[in-house]
Amino acid sequence: MKLSATTKRSNLVNLIGSAVLFAVIMALSAAGIIDRYLQGVLIIICINIILAVSLNLTAGCLGQLALGHAGFMSIGAYAGAIFAIYSPLPGEITLILSMLIGGAVAAVFGLLVGIPVLRLKGDYLAIITLGFGEIIRVIMENLEITGGASGLRGIPNNTNFTTAYWVMVIVIAVHFTLMWSRHGRSIKAICADDIAAEAAGVRTTYYKVFTFTISAFFAGIAGALYSQHIGLLSAKAFDFNRSIEILVLVVLGGLGSFTGSIVAATGLTTLTELLREFSDWRMLVYALALILVMLFKPSGLFGRYEFSLTRLIDRIFKKEKGSKPSRGPEKKLPKKEDAKV
Amino acid sequence: MDQLILFVKQLINGIQVGSIYALVALGYTMVYGIVKLINFAHGDFIMVGAYVTLATVPFLITCGLPAWACILVAVVICALLGVTTERVAYKPLRNSPRISALITAIGVSLFLQNAFALAFSPEPQAIQTIFRLNAVNIGEIQVAGVTLLTIVLSVVIMLLLQLFVKKTKMGKAMRAVSEDSAAAQLMGINVNTTISVTFAIGSALAAVAAVMYCAIYPQVDPYMGSLLGLKAFIAAVLGGIGVIPGAMLGGFVIGIAESMTKAYISSQLADAVVFGILIIVLLVKPTGILGKNVGEKV
Repeated sequence: MKLSATTKRSNLVNLIGSAVLFAVIMALSAAGIIDRYLQGVLIIICINIILAVSLNLTAGCLGQLALGHAGFMSIGAYAGAIFAIYSPLPGEITLILSMLIGGAVAAVFGLLVGIPVLRLKGDYLAIITLGFGEIIRVIMENLEITGGASGLRGIPNNTNFTTAYWVMVIVIAVHFTLMWSRHGRSIKAICADDIAAEAAGVRTTYYKVFTFTISAFFAGIAGALYSQHIGLLSAKAFDFNRSIEILVLVVLGGLGSFTGSIVAATGLTTLTELLREFSDWRMLVYALALILVMLFKPSGLFGRYEFSLTRLIDRIFKKEKGSKPSRGPEKKLPKKEDAKV
Repeated sequence: MDQLILFVKQLINGIQVGSIYALVALGYTMVYGIVKLINFAHGDFIMVGAYVTLATVPFLITCGLPAWACILVAVVICALLGVTTERVAYKPLRNSPRISALITAIGVSLFLQNAFALAFSPEPQAIQTIFRLNAVNIGEIQVAGVTLLTIVLSVVIMLLLQLFVKKTKMGKAMRAVSEDSAAAQLMGINVNTTISVTFAIGSALAAVAAVMYCAIYPQVDPYMGSLLGLKAFIAAVLGGIGVIPGAMLGGFVIGIAESMTKAYISSQLADAVVFGILIIVLLVKPTGILGKNVGEKV
């Protein structure tokens, strides 16, 4: 029961931490320091964090390279947006429902793609997911309900910073909880050595498909948020390059480190906004970043390190008991975003 | 009768595209066989080869040389590019987790695409005619000279490659390294040289494929290689990765399937059908049509 007490404390600390950060941003908005443009950037940061963290689950924690994350995002975005257009419900409820719908549809596709591919060993997942992303793009460009090549218009702008932020917090919390659970340990075991894991009784195929589906689900949620933030969808926004952009966030932050994904998503999104006039060079720089990170620091910025707010507080107040290894589900956003904002 | 002629024409079209896939798939298969890495940049070597063609053809014509000599230039440049890429980007990661090497390969691919898009322009550019060959009539069906050349060339190259791998000393070294590189090294095989030669040959084949591709579809753009490369990879998997005749067979099957889909179902769906084939192969026989089942060592 002792663990339960530390867990409760840790959860409380993290909730307070997230709330404080939220309050700070809201206060800055009220004071006019964060204008509408910056709020938009913050929403994009939240969406990118969701995408990076969920891709990290497959690429980092499970160790399977998936290159179709933008495809799942696009499924979620279109499913959510179509629901939002026809929904008679008020904006907030529509948004929440559309996220669930977008996530569920993306998860179904994740399951369909994952079952055949993840039974195999090797790099086939990379190729299939890449192809899948492209197929989704082509289909979206040709269906009538998705607006065809001209794109889907007239999506209500239901996403605001408050929802985006709290959805992001929930998504991060779910990821940490998952990875610190029995299931998370199974996933890590598969990443380390899937043959040994199988010999030890881990159902490798089940967990691979499970992780991949969860990852697709959250990409779908991010897509639904995105569609109702932008208000206009075109299939070209979800091409292979988009998948790579998300992968860069994960690789740069560190495969297997959610902290890293969050920092990289925050940092790179901000940089992209600041360096808009060099946007032609962006993909070239991303490509170089991928190569250089892999050659010189394959673990990325953070390796597998996870920041823990509880641990930090313990250290600051030098608790007599000494810093006990707290359970981890920490959202470490506070510091990072404070620094940026 | 008209239906039949149309069908045969589509078949020939398919075999022609399939020959190009086969040339690229041969490169994929060789590289994958020896370093167990999906070289994502392989498709972009084709693009580089095409740009080399674009640049050298007018020069050759002004010098009074035949335009097809651009194949030689493209082969040399692509081979050098392949070897350099392997040395700089893949060799340091030979003992790292596979996901690292795979991410690097994607990085190289994107780097080439975007570097060429910045250096030239992202817009497609037209290429001059490379081959001036007369069409051949077989019964009522007219076959373009380039089509015949492409098919014959790819079959000849496949046979030469098969001979090279089976009969020469270097070929034997390649097979040994792909079997077990550590043991091969103990037997006195220079693993680095062998891998470099494999990359050189694979990239040279990509250059040949590039020239033939430009002869049929006379335009180049920086992103032309990625989808072409992917389809060729699927052809390699379909035929059995690591098996040279398999790459050829896979290339023809993919080419025909694609051309038939375009003709009879929908041109939009052609790519989806190709990826569908990949998924079915992976489900039914992951080792490919001609591949052998190899037990896994723990």
